Amino acid sequence: MGKTLFEKIWESHIVVEKQNGPSLIYIDRHLVHEVTSPQAFDGLRMNKRKVRRPDLTIATMDHNVPTNDRSLPILDQTSAVQIQTLEKNCKDFGIKLFDINSPNQGIVHVIGPQLGITLPGTTIVCGDSHTSTHGAFGALALGIGTSEVEHVLTSQTLWLEKPKSFEIKVEGKRKNPHAVTAKDIVLSIIKNIGTGGGTGTVIEYRGQGITDLSMEQRMTICNMSVEAGSRAGLIEPDEKAFDYLRGRQYTPKNYESLVDNWKEHLKTDSDAKFEKQFTLNINDIAPQVSWGTNPGMTCDVTESIPSPDEFSKGDPNQKKSAEKALEYMDLEPGTPITDIKIDRVFIGSCTNARLEDLIEASKVIKKQKISTNVKAMVVPGSQMVKKEAEELGLDKIFINANFEWREAGCSMCLGMNPDILSPGERCASTSNRNFEGRQGTGGRTHLVSPVMAAAAAIKGHFVDVRELDLS
Amino acid sequence: MEPFKKVKSIITPLDQVNVDTDQIVPKQFLKLVHKSGFGKFLFYNWRYDENEKIKPDFVLNDSKYNNSKILVTGDNFGCGSSREHAIWALLDYGFSVIIAPSFADIFFSNCFKNGFLPISLDQKIVEKLQQEVDIIEVDLETQIIKTSSEEISFKIDPYKKKILLEGLDDIAQTLQFENKISEFERKSKVPSVL
Repeated sequence: MGKTLFEKIWESHIVVEKQNGPSLIYIDRHLVHEVTSPQAFDGLRMNKRKVRRPDLTIATMDHNVPTNDRSLPILDQTSAVQIQTLEKNCKDFGIKLFDINSPNQGIVHVIGPQLGITLPGTTIVCGDSHTSTHGAFGALALGIGTSEVEHVLTSQTLWLEKPKSFEIKVEGKRKNPHAVTAKDIVLSIIKNIGTGGGTGTVIEYRGQGITDLSMEQRMTICNMSVEAGSRAGLIEPDEKAFDYLRGRQYTPKNYESLVDNWKEHLKTDSDAKFEKQFTLNINDIAPQVSWGTNPGMTCDVTESIPSPDEFSKGDPNQKKSAEKALEYMDLEPGTPITDIKIDRVFIGSCTNARLEDLIEASKVIKKQKISTNVKAMVVPGSQMVKKEAEELGLDKIFINANFEWREAGCSMCLGMNPDILSPGERCASTSNRNFEGRQGTGGRTHLVSPVMAAAAAIKGHFVDVRELDLS
Repeated sequence: MEPFKKVKSIITPLDQVNVDTDQIVPKQFLKLVHKSGFGKFLFYNWRYDENEKIKPDFVLNDSKYNNSKILVTGDNFGCGSSREHAIWALLDYGFSVIIAPSFADIFFSNCFKNGFLPISLDQKIVEKLQQEVDIIEVDLETQIIKTSSEEISFKIDPYKKKILLEGLDDIAQTLQFENKISEFERKSKVPSVL
């Protein structure tokens, strides 16, 4: 029987295999950031251990960095200490760091591919659940905890149970690909399979709906695999993937011979069997808006807030969970999504802060200003994205519309830095999680695509972007 | 890591599904660079209101659960962020066992690195356990939970059981395979980053 792409990558990275239980898997790339690494480096020091492969390890600071003027000091002392700790750890253990002043600084999952560090067929880990993003290039990319960060730093390996393989086929063609985006595809998937639908699996996204997408859109899809509970999500690499990585700053010198090898080997065999399957047809899908406190609580922009009974379909736990979500979100069942007024707009995060996201969002603006009741910000995913966007004049489009134009970082996606919602504020956000308090204690998050977020900023409430001219 | 011992305690029922790690430890507490003292941040936004006053109707604020070591909760516990701070907070608060119908993958694997036992049981059994008011006993050695009225057996991967019972250092175990790792590296064609 044939093998899936995931199985091939898994098997080619087994260092030790046991009859029962986990396998020891080799890790090709380890990305490190300031929040989940300090305790791991402490562990190394305590046990007098070294970093085994500093040449396979790259660090940056993203979660906790301010996004305002980089020449100003960091006011929050605990944040400053965490950032200095990463600097010291990288220096002591010989790890390459893209610090707050580096032109390569940015969200770890944005800079990996942009620098050519992410490669097809590799295993990639990072102490961050959205590591699944790198799967867009046909890498097996896993989010890990701090103990595992320490384990990889020391041994360049991890003990892993083999996840099950999950095929998600995305069939059909979107009628208006500027209005219905990769974000809407992945939110539709999560809405259907649920936030635990992928637990214990690695998703392989397949079908025309996926191959039609650009690399940046594919990253949006793989990024949110973890919101369906999956360990990772990946896509068979094709010419688009190979082209994206060609000629980047850290693309390997023997790249073309690697590409020849990948073309031959990095495929799911036609007779391979997946352990789980789901198919989504995207011919008629609408822009999506989340209404609750997990990404599965999502509906079409044309719909109204569902009642807990409608949402739960008879499951008492889901019903209770929807009731709690509606109370937290201060929403009434039956309210049309387009009637929901917003206070804030956040265009950013490892899900949707790449150049293409910013270009698409800027098309909505067309010399309009954001609604007077709305505060809006754009936080590019990396300093490179910021620079490229500025070369295209996007910064001026956003600034003229009264958006704030910031430096790169995770920012209001998780609100570790000063970019947070105030209690009760309602935000249209291009990020990945609408959990209670995620963007600020008492803040209310609606997950949407960049074009939906930009349109909501202009109108002050959600609108169906299919009705706008986005050419 | 301390070896895992038999646990005897009343349970704390947290009757919710999809409890994410942002709720277990909110992000404002992730700036710390050490592992200790996270218990006071556990379920912070559910335990305290905006003015940092105790919310009396949240289960952890009910004093009868003060010495409970066993949290019994709903499906997909620990979803979301990979933050291991979630486990450090549960442990530091006093919990050492968590029982739910299912757990998110990263959270589940983080548990075993910290001597914390997650037990996955059928939904019906979990719902019944949530009603239990007497002391129960969780014995990892025999894989049995004893309540006042019954004995419930649970499954666990033998390697993970050994790690917990013996309090093994995962990394020290791995470094015994140094030869295999070096051999893999000699054959591997993956280029260095720099």
